[in-house]
Amino acid sequence: MSTATTSVPTTTQAKALALAYVLRIGDACLIHGQRLAEWCGHAPVLEEDIALTNIALDHIGQTRLVLTLAGRLEGRGRDEDALAYLRGEHEFRNPTMLELPNGDFGRTVLRAYLWSAYMGVLWQALTTSSNADLAAIAAKSLKECRYHQRHAADWVVRLGDGTDESHRRVSTALNDLWPYCAEWFAADEVDEAAAATGLGPSWQSLAPAWQAIVLPLLNNAGLTPPEDTPFRSTGMQGRHSEHMGYLLAEMQSLARAFPGAVW
Amino acid sequence: MNTDHEWPLWEVFIRSKSGLDHKHCGSLHASDAAMAIQMARDVYTRRQEGTSVWVVRSDQITASDPDTKDSDFEPAEDKVYRHPTFYKLPPDVDHM
Repeated sequence: MSTATTSVPTTTQAKALALAYVLRIGDACLIHGQRLAEWCGHAPVLEEDIALTNIALDHIGQTRLVLTLAGRLEGRGRDEDALAYLRGEHEFRNPTMLELPNGDFGRTVLRAYLWSAYMGVLWQALTTSSNADLAAIAAKSLKECRYHQRHAADWVVRLGDGTDESHRRVSTALNDLWPYCAEWFAADEVDEAAAATGLGPSWQSLAPAWQAIVLPLLNNAGLTPPEDTPFRSTGMQGRHSEHMGYLLAEMQSLARAFPGAVW
Repeated sequence: MNTDHEWPLWEVFIRSKSGLDHKHCGSLHASDAAMAIQMARDVYTRRQEGTSVWVVRSDQITASDPDTKDSDFEPAEDKVYRHPTFYKLPPDVDHM
């Protein structure tokens, strides 16, 4: 039985909204961690292989905490493993950008930068969450996230301001990825409920802080984001890209083939 | 392999939580000092090994010549009197 001491929403609707808010965070950590982990053994140099794997594992560690909390909020007895490995695609609430294939190294570190810059702002805001568990997770994760951001930012500048080829690649990646950032800041009832209850900030409200970090860095790297478009991805609503099914198939295969497997 | 594109080698020194001095712990490749510090953090401090990192380009280290090892170091072998182990310490000098 749950021993949570922090506030758990009571009405069904409020509970569902709070759960969706927390799942967006936990699923983002999980899916980004899974993508980063794909680099294990494939990074350009051994040192970076270890760095990316460390970052991937930080994400999985954050995932464990957040999904455990989500399971408690849900109150149906699902633990971190049940939520990570036994949910279907439409139940995941991560932003679409994080499930897109890694592409080359430049694209991977650019995505890691755009996202970790955002998570730095979000974790910071979540340290004052009305849910004490979420606040504690945020405080721990913020330190990890700051390093992810620093490491990725370093690469974005090196590649953006590097050779013609590195600039071309990371510039193409920015054109492709930038439209997917808009989804993070599209307000909805999940966001509004979280802001109203103090569970966490409306993601929309964090857009200016994120831009204030990201735009100068991109400029520093000689990169210009494309114009905004009406395109809105919908992963946070549970409607994912065609890549998500393959990602989950690989990630969940062991847990589904051997239920309850441990080592 | 095209050696022009290889990153230089760096030696890594880590100071542990309780240690006073930075100890050599290994080497790695990085394109410059800033990257070397980040790589050292990821490669050598994953298990709480340290609270401070130094890096130095390996080609900036001047080493003693292995061929003169005999004349450099072996003469010290039979100079036991250089170790101050023959003195009886007064009891109130505890930690020498």
